[in-house]
Amino acid sequence: MPKRSDLRHVLVIGSGPIVIGQACEFDYSGTQACRVLRAEGLRVSLVNSNPATIMTDPEFADATYIEPVTPEYIEKVIARERPDALLPTLGGQTALNAAVALHEAGVLDKYGVELIGANIDAIRRGEDRQLFKDVVAAAVLRAGIVDTPEEAATMVPRSRVCHSLDEVRATVAELGLPVVIRPSFTMGGLGSGMAHTPEQLERLASAGLQASPVHEVLVEESVLGWKEFELELMRDRKDNVVVVCSIENVDPMGVHTGDSVTVAPAMTLTDREYQRMRDVGIAVLREVGVDTGGCNIQFAVHPATGRLVVIEMNPRVSRSSALASKATGFPIAKIAAKLAIGYTLDEIPNDITRQTPAAFEPTLDYVVVKVPRFAFEKFPGADAELTTTMKSVGEVMALGRSFPEALNKAMRSLETPRAGFWTKPDAYATVEEALAALRTPHDGRLYTVELALRLGATVEQVSEASGGIDPWFIDQIASLVELREEILNAAVLDERILRRAKRAGLSDAQLAALRPELSGEDGVRAMRHRLGLRPVYKTVDTCAAEFAASTPYHYSSYDAQTEVAPSARPKVIILGSGPNRIGQGIEFDYSCVHAVQALRSNLLGRNKQTAAEGDDLAPGAVGAEGAPAAGGYETVMINCNPETVSTDYDTADRLYFEPLTFEDVLEVYHAEDSSGRAAGGPGVVGVIVQLGGQTPLGLARRLAAAGVPIVGTSPESIHLAEDRGAFGALLAEAGLMAPAHGTATSFEEAKQIADEIGYPVLVRPSYVLGGRGMEIVYDDATLRSYITRATDISPEHPVLVDRFLDDAIEIDVDALVDATGDVYIGGIMEHIEEAGIHSGDSACALPPITLVSADIAKVRAYTEAIGRAIGVRGLLNVQYALKDERLYVLEANPRASRTVPFVSKATGVPLAKAAARIMLGATIAQLRAEGMLASTGDGATLPLDAPTSVKEAVLPFRRFRRTDGKGVDSLLGPEMKSTGEVMGIDAAFGHAYAKSQAAAYGSLPTQGRILVTVSNRDKRGMIFPVKRLADLGFSIIATEGTAEVLRRHGVECDVVGKHYQEAMRNAVSLISSGEVALVINTPQGSGARQDGYEIRVAAVAADIPLITTIPGAAAAVMGIEALIRGEMAVRPLQELHAALRASSVPPSPVR
Amino acid sequence: MARSDAILVLEDGTTFRGEAYGAVGETFGEAVFTTAMTGYQETLTDPSYHRQVVIQTAPHIGNTGVNDEDDESERIWVAGYVVRDPARRASSWRATGDLEERLRAEGVVGICGVDTRALTRHLRERGAMRAGVFSGDAAALDVADLRERVLASPPMVGADLSAEVSTPRPYTVEPVGEHRYTVAALDLGIKRNVPRRLAARGVRTHVMPASSTLDDLLATSPDAVFISPGPGDPATADHAVELARSVLQRRIPLFGICFGSQILGRALGFGTYKLVYGHRGINQPVLDRTTGKVEVTCHNHGFAVDAPLDRRIATEFGDVEVSHVCLNDNVVEGLRCFDVPAFTVQYHPEAAAGPHDADYLFDRFKELIEGAPAHA
Repeated sequence: MPKRSDLRHVLVIGSGPIVIGQACEFDYSGTQACRVLRAEGLRVSLVNSNPATIMTDPEFADATYIEPVTPEYIEKVIARERPDALLPTLGGQTALNAAVALHEAGVLDKYGVELIGANIDAIRRGEDRQLFKDVVAAAVLRAGIVDTPEEAATMVPRSRVCHSLDEVRATVAELGLPVVIRPSFTMGGLGSGMAHTPEQLERLASAGLQASPVHEVLVEESVLGWKEFELELMRDRKDNVVVVCSIENVDPMGVHTGDSVTVAPAMTLTDREYQRMRDVGIAVLREVGVDTGGCNIQFAVHPATGRLVVIEMNPRVSRSSALASKATGFPIAKIAAKLAIGYTLDEIPNDITRQTPAAFEPTLDYVVVKVPRFAFEKFPGADAELTTTMKSVGEVMALGRSFPEALNKAMRSLETPRAGFWTKPDAYATVEEALAALRTPHDGRLYTVELALRLGATVEQVSEASGGIDPWFIDQIASLVELREEILNAAVLDERILRRAKRAGLSDAQLAALRPELSGEDGVRAMRHRLGLRPVYKTVDTCAAEFAASTPYHYSSYDAQTEVAPSARPKVIILGSGPNRIGQGIEFDYSCVHAVQALRSNLLGRNKQTAAEGDDLAPGAVGAEGAPAAGGYETVMINCNPETVSTDYDTADRLYFEPLTFEDVLEVYHAEDSSGRAAGGPGVVGVIVQLGGQTPLGLARRLAAAGVPIVGTSPESIHLAEDRGAFGALLAEAGLMAPAHGTATSFEEAKQIADEIGYPVLVRPSYVLGGRGMEIVYDDATLRSYITRATDISPEHPVLVDRFLDDAIEIDVDALVDATGDVYIGGIMEHIEEAGIHSGDSACALPPITLVSADIAKVRAYTEAIGRAIGVRGLLNVQYALKDERLYVLEANPRASRTVPFVSKATGVPLAKAAARIMLGATIAQLRAEGMLASTGDGATLPLDAPTSVKEAVLPFRRFRRTDGKGVDSLLGPEMKSTGEVMGIDAAFGHAYAKSQAAAYGSLPTQGRILVTVSNRDKRGMIFPVKRLADLGFSIIATEGTAEVLRRHGVECDVVGKHYQEAMRNAVSLISSGEVALVINTPQGSGARQDGYEIRVAAVAADIPLITTIPGAAAAVMGIEALIRGEMAVRPLQELHAALRASSVPPSPVR
Repeated sequence: MARSDAILVLEDGTTFRGEAYGAVGETFGEAVFTTAMTGYQETLTDPSYHRQVVIQTAPHIGNTGVNDEDDESERIWVAGYVVRDPARRASSWRATGDLEERLRAEGVVGICGVDTRALTRHLRERGAMRAGVFSGDAAALDVADLRERVLASPPMVGADLSAEVSTPRPYTVEPVGEHRYTVAALDLGIKRNVPRRLAARGVRTHVMPASSTLDDLLATSPDAVFISPGPGDPATADHAVELARSVLQRRIPLFGICFGSQILGRALGFGTYKLVYGHRGINQPVLDRTTGKVEVTCHNHGFAVDAPLDRRIATEFGDVEVSHVCLNDNVVEGLRCFDVPAFTVQYHPEAAAGPHDADYLFDRFKELIEGAPAHA
C-alpha cells in the first residue's frame, strides 16, 4: 500500500520556543518530517516561531512561516496556503494543542484540512486522566491480557472519587498509604498532594474538599518508588505495530522522566515481564486509536510484586522518542511522517542496514544512558528537589558497551563542575549523611549513591534510602567503588588495571584524581598511549551486527575491534555544543549543523550545478582562488546531546556520539586522522571549535597544543578576546572606547577599581557564557558579598569589574571576517531593554529601530577594527552600548553567537555556513561571487523597506518554586535566565513586536485593565506609554506614587492601596482573579530589587504579560497599537527573503 | 571474584580471549549468535540450542537471575555460553537464583569479557562455524592445538540430534479448562510453552518421543499432530519425515514449528539448506502473506526450506504455498497446504522468549482441527 495520492500539500506545526519540557528534540523531529515529506514530492508549509531551529531554514519547507504557534496565526497560514492536511504530531504538546483548538474552532472543517498522524478522539483519550484509565482497562480486556474487569482495573493506579472525609478514610483503608489527593475542578492542580501519614491525609483531604467547587477529591493509589519504564511504539495504517525501544528509569516513580537518569534498553526485566509490557502497550495504542505514527507509553512496576500499571501515554513524537531514535538508530519522526502519508512499516527501508525494512524492532548490543542537565544555579532560592514537575533544561546521552561505561561517559558529558565520580571533594562525610541526602531526589543523586556505597552503605540500604533505585543499578555503581579501591591500592597502575578502568568508562582525569603521582590527566594519557590503550569505535546499527550497517554512527568503547571505515577524503571535525543549558542552547547546534551543510559533499540547499561540480572534485581539490571549494569534505560531528539535529545520523557524514571533553575529542581526532592517513588521504584537515559555544571553545587551546589543526580564528586570538587585559590594550590601540574596567582577584582589588570608576559596576567571572555569575553591584557591601560567593577566583580566572552604563542602548552585531581582513556585517540588533539585561534575555530588533546612519557607520568601523585586530577568521559577535552618542565596546566574542540563526533568518544570509567556508579558506569576496553572501552591501545596509524582525526571550519562571512554595522572582538582570527565543517578523516594528509577544507569552491585550507600578526613576519614562494605553481605551490601576504622576498628566487611574503591604495584597488579588490584562512593574534601580516581587510572581502565575522595563512598555504600546489597528498578516520567509534580495541588488543609489 | 582466563577458538583459527564464566573446563559446538535482549533463561533451556555455543549480543546477561518459571525444558542445553558482561547480582522479584551458579551447577562452560560484537560480525561475514571454549588450565594451551580439537568436533551439517533432546517416554500436558482436542506432539526438542499455548485452547497434548511410530501417535487418538522445533540438520531427520508423510496421507491435521517446518518441507518434497549464520533473535519481521500483516517474531533456525516464493507449488500432497517470509532476507518462514490440512512456520509462535505477535497461529491450528473432517 504505497503513499496516498490524494495528499499534495501538508502543513507541519513546530513546537515554538525552547522551554523546559519541550526542547530542540522537536526541531530534530520536525526537520526530519519536513525532509521526508519534500522528498516524497509533497508541498510542505511550516509554522514555527522559533528562529533557532533548522526546520525553519527556508530550504526545509516550501513555505516557512515564522509566526506564533497559536490557532489564530495557524488559521491565517491555512487560509493563505490551503493545505490538504495538517501534521501536528511532531511539534510536541504545543502543536497538538493547537491542532485540537483548530479542530474545535471548526477551522479544519472550514478549509477542508485533514488531520494526519493523529485523530482528535485519540488525543482526548490519551490526555484525559480518567478517560485514559477506562481505555487501559478496556484495552487489556479486549486483548485477552486479563480475563476479568477486576483484573483490568488493577492495570492502572486505583482511585476513587470521594465527597466526604469518611469516604476518603474508607478508600484509604482499601488502597493503603501513601495516596495522592486531587481536588476536582481546581486550577493547575491546586490543592493536590501526597499523603504519607493519616495526619497529612486529614489535612490534605479536608483542604481539598474545601478547595473543590463541587466538594470532590480523587483519592489515588500512590506509585511512588515503583520501577518506571517507557516504551516507544509505532503503528501503521495496516495495524502493524513495533516497539522501537524500551527505556528504564534509574530514578523510580516520583521523579519526572525528563529529570530522571534513564537507560535503554530496560535492564531489569525478564522476557515474560517485558513481553507483557509490550502486549499491554500495543493493546493501549490500539484502543486509544493512534492510527499511524509514534507514541510513548509510561509504565510503573511494583518492585516486590511485579504488578504492572499503565501511567500515561503521549500520542505523538516526544522527548523520549527523540532519545529512543538516537539510542537505537531508528528514526521515529522520519518514519512517523512516512506513515502519516500512507506508507506502511514494511514498505519503508531501514536507513541503516538499507537491506531490511523498518517493520522490525531494533536490538541493541550496547547500553545507552541519559542524564538530565539542571540549571538551579540560575534561580537562586528555587527548590532543587526533583518531583513530578520537570525542571531540567537539557540532557546528555552516552553509549557504552556496558552500563558503567555509558554512565561514566554521560556524567562527564554534562559539563558540570563535577566531571564524573571522584573529581570533586565529597559532599558528605558520613554514611548517615549520604543516606539522608538520598531520601530527597536531587540533581546528581548518583554521586550520592556512589559516596554512600563508598562510605560503607550496602546496596540494600542505598536502594531503600533512595526510595527504590533498583539494586542492579546500585550494584553496578558498587562495582565502580570496588574498582576505585583497586586503582588506589595497586602498587603500580599496570596495563591490566588501566584497561579495566578504561573499560568501565573512567576518564583519564578520573584516574589522575585517584593517582596523583601520574602527573595529571596528561600523564595518564601518555601512559595509556604508551601501552597502546585507545578506544575503539563501534556502530549503532539497529540490529546488533546481524546485518552490515551503512551509516557511520559511532560511539567509543574500550573493546577489541574498531569499525571506523578508512576514507581518503579530507575530513573536517565539527565540535558540537553539548547539553542544552541556559546560555548555550539550540542556537549553537544550529550553527554546527550549518557548518556541516556547507562543507559536506552532498550539500543540501545548493543548486544542482554547483552540487555536481562539488561531487566531481578530487579529494583535497582546491577552488580557483586557491581555497578549498564548497563541499568535498567528509564532515565529522562530535556531540553528546540527543535532542539535536546535529546528532541525527543524517546530518554529518560521520557522527560520533561522544562526550565533548579533551580526552574524548582527542581520541576521535586520532581515530579519524590515522584511519584517513592510512587510506592514503590527508586525514583531518580541520577542527571547528567556534560554532558550538563555550564548550568547544574551552577545548581549543589544549587541542591546538596537542597538534590538532584548529581552523578559523586561532586559539591565541580567541584568548586575546577573552582576556580582559589583552583585549583592553587591543581596544586602546585601535582607539575604541570601552567602559572603564579592571580585573580583581580579591575584594580589596575590586573595591579599588569600583572606587576609581564609580558605582554601579558590573561584575562577572572571566570565560563564561550566558552571563553566568554576572551581577550589577551598587555598593561596597554587595561587592564584598559577591566576591565572597565567587569561590573559583584565581589569577587565571579573575573577576572582571566594569563600569555599568545606566540607560544605554545595547547593540549586538554578528559579523564575518576573512583571512584578508574583509568584514561582512551580518546584522545589527538593537536591544529593546536597556543595557544591563543580559542580551540573551533581552528582546531586540533588526534592523535597529532607532539608530541613525552615523551610529551604524560607527558600529561598522568599530566592528571592522576589532575583527581585524583580533585576527578573526569566521564569526565575530560584538556587544556595544550607545550612551550619549558614544559607542562603548562591552565585549567581543570571536565565535558564533546565540543570535546567528535569528540574523540569518531576518536577512536571508546563512552566516554560519559562510563562516565554515571562511574557516577553511574561502574569502568573503568569493562567497559574494558564489551567492552565499549578498553580492553588494551587507546586513548593515538593509533597505528601508526591509521587514523588521524582533527576537524575544522565553523565560522559565513558572517552572520553579522556592522551598517555601512561592514562585521565584521573574526580574531580568545581567545573568541570562531564558531557555529559548521566538521571532516575530513583519513590515513594521509594532507588528513584529506584537507577533513576538504572541509567540512567547500569548497575545498582548487589546482591552482591559493595566496595573502600573514603577520605580521613582522610571516615573518620567512611564508617562508617555501609559497615557497612550489609556488613550487606546485601557483602564489603568496603579500604586499610589505612580498614580499621582499619571493623574498629573491627565491619566485617569484607580489606586490599589496606600501602603506597600496593602497595595501588594490588593494588586495580587486583582491579578489572581483575572481582572488585570497586563502588568507594568519596574523595580527600584538599586538595593535588593525585591519590591514588587509579589506582583511579578502573581503575573507569572496568572500567565499574563509582565513588563519590567520602560523600553519594554514602549515596545508593548507599539505592539498593542498594531493589534488594535487591524489584521495581522502572515508571510512566508521565502517571500520575505526574495523581496530582500530583489531590493538589495542593485543597491538603490538614492539611499 | 577472580576469574580464570578463557579463550574462544573458532574453526577458522580466529580467537577471542576473555575470562571464565560458568563452569571451568572446555566445550565444543557450533558458534551462533542471538540478538535477543531479554530471555536468556529461555534461550539457555531451549533444546534447539543443543550442541551450540551461544553468543549473546546483548551486553549485560544475568541481571534478573534465574527463576523457577521460565525454563523451556528441564535443563540448560547450550554447549557453551559467550557473554560480554555477566551480572554481579540478580535483581528481580521472581529470581530464585543466580545465573552463573546455575551454569556452574549444570556444567556449562562459558566465557565473558569477549568483544561479542566483533565475534558476531565475524560470524555474520564468515558464517556459523565450530568453536571451542576453553577455560582454566585449558586456556593456556597452544592455540593451534586447541584449533585442532575444534576441527575434530562434529559439525552441525549432518547432525542428527533429535534423539538426544527428545523425551525418553511420552507424557501428557492437560488442557486448561475444558478438554476440547487432543494433539500428539512429536518431540524433537519441544519447548514447554508449546503445550502451554495449546492447553490454553483446550488442547490435551501427548508429548511423544522422537522415535515414536505412527501407531504410537495414533494410539493417543489425536485430533491433530504437532511436530516440534529442535536442533540438528533436517536433512538427517528421515524418520520424522516419514512420519509426517504418513500423517499427511491420512489427512490428519498437522502443524509444525521450526525443525517441524523443515520436516514438513521435506515431506512435501522440498529440500533444506543451511543459512550462512541463521536467524536467532526475537525481533525478526515476518510477513503473513495471507493477511499482508507483519509480525515481530522469535527465530532460532540455522537451516531453512528451499521453496519458491512466487507461486503455488504442486506437490505429491497437492498445492502448497509459502505463507510466511522473513522480510529481512526473504527466507521461507511458513508453508501452507491447500489440499491437506497442514501448515507450518519456521519461527516460534510460542515465543518464550519473544513477542506474542504470532500467537494467532495456535488459533489457526485450532481452526484447522475444527475444520478437518473426522478421521480414523
